[in-house]
Amino acid sequence: MSADAGGSTGGSSATAERGMSAEAAGATSWDRSRDGGLRVADLTVRIGDRPVVDAATFSAPPGALTALVGPNGAGKSSLLRAVAGADRPAAGTMRLDGADLGALGRRERARRVAFVEQDAGTELPLSVEAVVGLGRTPYGALLGGPDRESADAVDAAIASAGIEHLRGREITRLSGGERQRVLLARALAQHPRLLLLDEPTNHLDIAAQLAALTLLRRLTGEGVTVLAALHDLGLAAAWADDVVVLHAGRVVAEGAPLATLTPELLVEVYRVRASWLSDPATGRPVLAASPLA
Amino acid sequence: MVSIASSGRGGRSSAVAGIGVDARRRARRRTAVLAPLLVLALAASIVVATTIGSADLAVGDVLRGILSHLGLGANPLDPLRDGIVWGLRVPRVLTAAAVGAGLAIAGAVMQALTRNQLADPYLLGLSSGASLGAVTVILLGVAVALPAAAFGGALLALAATLGLAGALGAITPTRTVLAGVAVSSLAGAATSFAIFWSSEQDSYREILGWLLGSLAGARWSAVGIAGVAVLVIGIPLLLSGRILDAFSFGDTTAASLGIGVQRTRWLLLGATALLTGALVAVSGSIGFVGLVLPHAVRLVVGPGHRTLLPLSALVGATFLIWADTLARSVFAPRELPVGIVTALIGAPVFALLLARRRSEA
Repeated sequence: MSADAGGSTGGSSATAERGMSAEAAGATSWDRSRDGGLRVADLTVRIGDRPVVDAATFSAPPGALTALVGPNGAGKSSLLRAVAGADRPAAGTMRLDGADLGALGRRERARRVAFVEQDAGTELPLSVEAVVGLGRTPYGALLGGPDRESADAVDAAIASAGIEHLRGREITRLSGGERQRVLLARALAQHPRLLLLDEPTNHLDIAAQLAALTLLRRLTGEGVTVLAALHDLGLAAAWADDVVVLHAGRVVAEGAPLATLTPELLVEVYRVRASWLSDPATGRPVLAASPLA
Repeated sequence: MVSIASSGRGGRSSAVAGIGVDARRRARRRTAVLAPLLVLALAASIVVATTIGSADLAVGDVLRGILSHLGLGANPLDPLRDGIVWGLRVPRVLTAAAVGAGLAIAGAVMQALTRNQLADPYLLGLSSGASLGAVTVILLGVAVALPAAAFGGALLALAATLGLAGALGAITPTRTVLAGVAVSSLAGAATSFAIFWSSEQDSYREILGWLLGSLAGARWSAVGIAGVAVLVIGIPLLLSGRILDAFSFGDTTAASLGIGVQRTRWLLLGATALLTGALVAVSGSIGFVGLVLPHAVRLVVGPGHRTLLPLSALVGATFLIWADTLARSVFAPRELPVGIVTALIGAPVFALLLARRRSEA
């Protein structure tokens, strides 16, 4: 658990890489068939008899931010829950850096994969420090308290998420943006290699959204593979390295954002007429959309 | 392993964190002071409570008498008084301590597992089942020991509740609570019917005492049953605080933290039920302790279960010792069912705590 990676270097270089990947249109050096990261094959999740995720096959490159997009009810949350190990899939395999996640024990899996649920609240007014400490559950003895190493990991996660000033506060009294950062810190305390997030920008104001995404970019800079369900296609295109498009439980496209989220695809999946513009100040893509006539 | 940039944490961050850390430290300091105080209070209560009763005994004599039974020194008490101290009061006080601690633990765990503030140890129909078992034995005069009948009744009720909850699908908090309500109502109705149909004057008082909870019959066998239950089941439950904290975020988060949600919930529910069943078997169903004490302790030390569970156990033990001492001494030689006393003292104390909490906030 070394701490030698530069936490603050992620921002500018990552932006440059994003610009390139958008232009290169999917021609990345990463080999989808061979390398690490998350590889999901033929994943099917059923609720009752209904498949909510239907033979989904896709990859999330290592150390990259992959956005999972799709309309409401497309199966994004169900897919994330299955990868997180919260639901047992009906079929399919999930490999992380070559290891079969389904074959790992729960605790071993939780040391590699962390999950920040959407609107995961608690009525229990636990302190922020205690909440972040829950991220150490997969480590050490299940019964009893945290050890010295866990206390250090909690400190590091709190520092990394930039929530030192919230440390002693009760989580039930925080704003949505603050709570999101605390839950992210809890996930970081797990020391995951894969971080899953369900709508991490939901209910956040624009500044808090950008702060959350900046933090995610910094994590990818440190080698964490991030898979985040995002509703906002503009944010996905501007911030993600890759997108995976889910429609009615099926993966219908994946790849670099602008090359994947084509106007044709947006008509087919979202039933909207849309085109990509370029922010004159930053060059970042901006989506202009209107309903089909 | 992921390396989280931690080089930046040091003087700067701790200065920024000043306010929050202070609040946290204050809560911790409060716990650090409270815990040893509560241990001392419990130890002192055990000794002092044994000296209280219709036969007045000096504290020193009682202490020396108890020590002599532990193999230290001579016994200053005559056989009659020794019989009162060692044969009646000591086991009764120890049973009260074990039952109080156990009920407080079971209540706190049940509230966490069901995510329901109104949950108590008897939620899964345990007390109703135990009552039915006990009342059946009392009324029919069956040659079964009362604790055994009560324990059997509690386990049957538990099986019925979990069976019903399971028949509805996965064991979720809400289903468990609803199934418990159904089983409680049924067993309660059966108990009332049995009493109404066949009760006579003598058995009526015995039954009522049992239904309201009483430690009047506690001897060393009761200490054994309740003590073993608290040691074997209660202590491991005390250590489950982090799991219960994780459960408070819901099943999905708990699972993503590496906890086997269904299996763990079954295990904890089963352990809590066994503990409660053993306690109900020796004391009947004593209300209030398991429901309200965890809330009272929570108001003082905060909701984290790693602190809440052990402190609730200490407070529960001390509280029930004194409630039972009052129950047997205030109207001596007549005894009150201790359940009446726990509610009479506990409810106003809890109301005060609530009011104080409100004025602080």
